[in-house]
Amino acid sequence: MAVIEKYFDIVVIGAGHAGCEAALAAARLGLETICFTVSVDSIALMPCNPNIGGTSKGHLVREIDALGGEMGKNIDATFIQSKMLNRSKGPAVHSLRAQADKSEYSRRMRRIMENTDHLTIKQAEVTDLIVEDGICTGVKTLGGGIYHAKAVVLCTGVYLNARCIYGEVSNYTGPNGLQSATHLTDSLKEHGVEMVRFKTGTPARVDGRTVDFSRMEEQLGDERVVPFSFSTNPEDVQIDQVSCWLTYTNEETHEIIRNNLDRSPLYSGMIHGTGPRYCPSIEDKVVRFADKNRHQVFLEPEGLYTNEMYIGGMSSSLPEDVQDAMYHTVPGLEHAKIVRNAYAIEYDCINPIQLNATLEFKNIQNLFSGGQFNGSSGYEEAAAQGLIAGINACMKILGREYLVLDRSESYIGVLIDDLVTKETHEPYRMMTSRAEYRLLLRQDNADLRLRKYGHQVGLVDEETYQALLRKEEQIKAEIERVNNTYVGDSEPVQNLMKQYNSTLLNSGCSLSELIRRPELNYQVLAPIDKHRPELPEDVQEQVSINIKYDGYIKRQMKQVEQFKKMEGRKIPEDLDFNAVGSLRLEAIQKLEAYRPMNLGQASRISGVSPADVSVLLVYLESTGHKG
Amino acid sequence: MAEFFDDTIAAISTAMTASGIGIVRVSGPDAFEIADRVYMGKNGKKLINQKANTIHYGWITGKQGEILDEVLVMLMKAPHSYTGEHTVEIDCHGGVIAMRKILEQLLLAGARPAEPGEFTKRAFLNGRIDLSQAEAVMDIISAKNEYALKSSVKQLQGSVQKEIRSIREKLIYQIAFIESALDDPEHISVDGYGEELLPIVQEAEHEIRRLIESADKGKMISEGIKTVIVGKPNAGKSSLLNVLSGEEKAIVTDIAGTTRDVVEETINVRGITLRLLDTAGIRESANQVERIGIQRAREHAKDADLILYVVDGSAALDENDEEIMQLIKDKKCIVLLNKTDLELCIQAEDLKEKTKAPVISISARENQGIDALEECIREMFFQGELSFNDEVMITNIRHKHALEEAEQSLLMVENSILDGMPEDFYTIDLMGAYEALGRILGESLGENLVNEIFSKFCTGK
Repeated sequence: MAVIEKYFDIVVIGAGHAGCEAALAAARLGLETICFTVSVDSIALMPCNPNIGGTSKGHLVREIDALGGEMGKNIDATFIQSKMLNRSKGPAVHSLRAQADKSEYSRRMRRIMENTDHLTIKQAEVTDLIVEDGICTGVKTLGGGIYHAKAVVLCTGVYLNARCIYGEVSNYTGPNGLQSATHLTDSLKEHGVEMVRFKTGTPARVDGRTVDFSRMEEQLGDERVVPFSFSTNPEDVQIDQVSCWLTYTNEETHEIIRNNLDRSPLYSGMIHGTGPRYCPSIEDKVVRFADKNRHQVFLEPEGLYTNEMYIGGMSSSLPEDVQDAMYHTVPGLEHAKIVRNAYAIEYDCINPIQLNATLEFKNIQNLFSGGQFNGSSGYEEAAAQGLIAGINACMKILGREYLVLDRSESYIGVLIDDLVTKETHEPYRMMTSRAEYRLLLRQDNADLRLRKYGHQVGLVDEETYQALLRKEEQIKAEIERVNNTYVGDSEPVQNLMKQYNSTLLNSGCSLSELIRRPELNYQVLAPIDKHRPELPEDVQEQVSINIKYDGYIKRQMKQVEQFKKMEGRKIPEDLDFNAVGSLRLEAIQKLEAYRPMNLGQASRISGVSPADVSVLLVYLESTGHKG
Repeated sequence: MAEFFDDTIAAISTAMTASGIGIVRVSGPDAFEIADRVYMGKNGKKLINQKANTIHYGWITGKQGEILDEVLVMLMKAPHSYTGEHTVEIDCHGGVIAMRKILEQLLLAGARPAEPGEFTKRAFLNGRIDLSQAEAVMDIISAKNEYALKSSVKQLQGSVQKEIRSIREKLIYQIAFIESALDDPEHISVDGYGEELLPIVQEAEHEIRRLIESADKGKMISEGIKTVIVGKPNAGKSSLLNVLSGEEKAIVTDIAGTTRDVVEETINVRGITLRLLDTAGIRESANQVERIGIQRAREHAKDADLILYVVDGSAALDENDEEIMQLIKDKKCIVLLNKTDLELCIQAEDLKEKTKAPVISISARENQGIDALEECIREMFFQGELSFNDEVMITNIRHKHALEEAEQSLLMVENSILDGMPEDFYTIDLMGAYEALGRILGESLGENLVNEIFSKFCTGK
C-alpha cells in the first residue's frame, strides 16, 4: 500500500494557543514546520471564556509578545473591550484583560498561520509517535501518513481521549463537539510517558436578545485602552467597545443546585478527573462556600458576529433541566434562552515533572510539549509554553543554546519552573502570588526584561531591538537626572504641593524624594521640573515606577542576586544522586525523579532540605562541576 | 568562589562549658565592619584598620554601650583563615552567658547565625579544605543539620510552638485574602484594607515581641545540662526530683511504676542550670502505658548530658539494674545509692566497681546526702567534664533571630500601610514574616499560600 511519507524539520501536534505559537516560532526561524489539527476551522479556538489576559495572565501575554510571539498582536487586532485591572494598586499587579471577538480572534490567527512561510497546516489526527533509540523522529497519522521530523512538539490541549459531561450525558468529543484524539495516549504510554486525567468546565451560553440588561450593572471598558503588544500603536486600539454585565446568583439559585446535587456527575462519581480549585463550578461554590448567599455572575459577549453571551461564574455539569432552572433564577436571565449547555470536560495530559525546563521530555529526546497537555490551564499559560517549546525544539536541532527563563526574570519562568519542579494535582493556573519577585516582573517592563532573548533567538528583529536599547538608555539617563535635580521651597513648588495635598517643603529636596510621596508621581511634577526632556510615555512610566518604588525594588533585586547564584550552579544531566554521599534517602528519591538542572531548582523540590542542597554544592565542587 | 557568599555569619565555636573562655567566630565579607560595631579597643582603634594576623585587646559592648565582656580579638584576612574569608575570632572570658550576649550583639550588627556546619562548608568551597575531604565535609553538614533539626523542633516548648503556629495562621489568612483580591479584583475588593490590617499586624508584632522576651529569659527552649534520672521502679527517682527542685513536682507513692511519663523541671544547682527529667522506672512491664514511658526513659537517657542513676539500696541488684548499667555505660553518670535510711544490702564499693562512676549515698526521703551530690555536680562541671549540648543554645539564638526578622518584616508592613502604599505591597513583607516564623518550626512555604487562597476564598470564572 502506498503511504504518504514526508520530511519536515518540526512537527507540531495541535493548533490551539500553544500549537500556534510553537508552529509560528519554528516557521519564523526558517525551519520547515507542519502543524496538525483535527479541524482547520478551529485554529486558535477559544472554547471557554471569551477573553485574553487578566491578572498575571496579562503579564504572560506581554512576555510572549516581548519574545516575539503572536498572542498580543492577535488580541490587539480582535478585542471588543479592554480593561487594565488593579489600576488602583501597585504597578506589579496591573493586568490587562481584553474581551475578544472569538471568531475574529480565531480567523486572524488562522490567516497569520496560513501566510507564514515554511509553515504547512494539515488537518489530520496524529496517532503515533515514532521513537527510535530514545529519540523522537516523527509521527504517524490516522490515514497512515508518516511524517519524519527532527523534533516534535506536542500541544494537544484537552483533546486526548476527551469526554464532555453534563448530567447523565457523556460524549467522547473535544470541546464544542469537536473530534477528540483517541489514539495518541496509547502511543505515549507505550513510550513510557506517564499520563494523568484532568478535568475542567465551562458555563452555558445564552442568546443576548433574551437577556434583560436593565436588571444588571453595566461594566464598561477603559476610556483609554492600553494595547497588549509593545509593537501595537496605542492609537490603533482606541475603538468603540462593547459592555459586559454584572448580576448575582441568589438563595433560590443555590436551593435548586443543592436539591439536585445527587444528579451532578461530579458528586455521583461519574467524573474521575481532577478539576481546578480556582475555577470551581457553581455547584462547587455553593457547597464549599455555603455561607455566601450570592455569587457574582458576568455576562460577556462572545463577539460582534453573534448574540451569544458567556455566563461567567456559573460553569456547571448539572443536567440540562437543572441548568435551565438555575440560570433562570438569576436577575436578568429569567427568560434567557440557552444556546449551549454548560459542561465539564475530562482529558488526558502528562505529569509535567517528566519535562526539563526546556520543555523537552527527559526520557525522549527531541520531543517537546506545551500547553494544557502539560497540566496547565488557560489560553495564556498554553501560548507561553507553546512558544518556549517551539523555540527550544528549534534551538535543539540548530545546535543552539536553549531558552530557559528563570523565576527572577519572567512569569513564564515561574510557570515552567513550577510545572517541572512542583507536584501538580490540578490544572495549573498562573497567579501573581506565585511570582516571588513580582515587583520586578511587571507587565509594563516585559519588553525590558525579555526583548533581548527574543532577539537572541531570532524572533525579534534588529530594528525593534535597537529601539529597546535606546529606551533603556533614556530611562537610565532620566532616572539619573531626576535623582540629581533639586527644587527649593519656591512658590510654584509649594503651590503644586498644595494642589496635590502634599506636605509643603521646608527646604530643598530632590525630585526623587517628591516622586516617592504616595500622592505624587513623575508626571505631575512636570511644571516644577524645568529641564525635563521630552520623553515617550513608556519611558516616563518606567522612570516614575523605578523611582517611586526604589526601596522595594532594590530589596527584591538583592534577593535575586542570591537566587541567581543558585540557578547558576548547574547539575550535570547524568549525575547519579545515589553516588552523592550524605544525602537523605527522601532527597535522593526526589532528585532522581525530578532531575533538576541546577541547585536552585533542586532547592525548590519538596523533600529536598537546605542541608541536602549544601551537600550537593560541596559534591559538585569536589567533582569539578563548577557550573 | 569567594563571591558565592555575600553574607557574614557568626557562631559560638567552642563547647559550652563553664571553663570561662570561649570563642565567638565571625566570617564573611563584612566580618571586620560588623565586629567594629560591637567592639571597643583599649587603644580606641578600629579593627578594620588593623593588619592581618594581629590580636587586639578591648571590650564588647551592648546596645547602650555597656560592657559585656573583656575580650581578645584576632583578625584574619581572606584568604588566610579557616573559611578563606575575612574572619574575626573573639576570645571571651565571661563564660557561657557572655558568649551568648556577644553573639546576639553580632547578629544585631548585621551578621547571620551560621547554619550547622556552615563554617566547614565555606572553608571547603573556598578551597581551604582539600578536595579529598569532600566526603567528610558532606557528612559533617548532613549530620549537624539533622541534629539541629531534631533538637530545634523537639526542644521548642509546646506552648511556644502553638503560639507561633497561631500567628502564622493569622498571617497567611491575611496574605491569602489580599492575594485573592489582587487575583480576582472583580470578585473581592481590598480597597482601603490597610486600616483593617494595621491592628492585626500590630497585634502580631506584640505577640512576637513577647516571644522574643521569653527567648531572652531562656523560656523558649529549655537550655541547661540535660540531666536524666533513671532507675528501677520505686528506687526513689521522683523523690529525688522533688528534693532537688524543692517542690512536689512528681507524684511519689510506694507503688512501683507510678511515674509513667517524663516529668521535667529546670533547677539551679550551685549556679549551674540543670534540665532535670524524671523518667519511668525501667523494668519489664506488661502494661502498655508503662511500656511507652519506659521507652521514653531509654530515649532520654541516650541523649542526656548527665545521668543520675538511682539505686534502691534496700533491694538486691537484678537484671533490670544490669540493663540500666548497659544503657548508661558510655554516659557521664553519678550513681546514687538511695534509701540509706533503710537497711542496705548493696555496697557503694561494688556499685562503683560495676559502673565506673562516682557513687554517693543518699536518702531522698530524709533529704540526706544531697549536698554531696550537688558538690559532685559542681565539680564535674567546673573541671570541664560536663558540658551541655551547645546546639540547644545556638538553636535558641537562631530562633530569636528569626523572631526578630519576623518583627522587622511586620514593622515594614506597618510602614507600608502608614505610607499609603498600595495593598499589594503589604503582602511582600507579611510573607517575609510568615517565612521567618516558619523557619523556627522547620516548615517551608511550599504551596501553603495557594492552598489557603483556594480553601478560604471563592474566586474564579
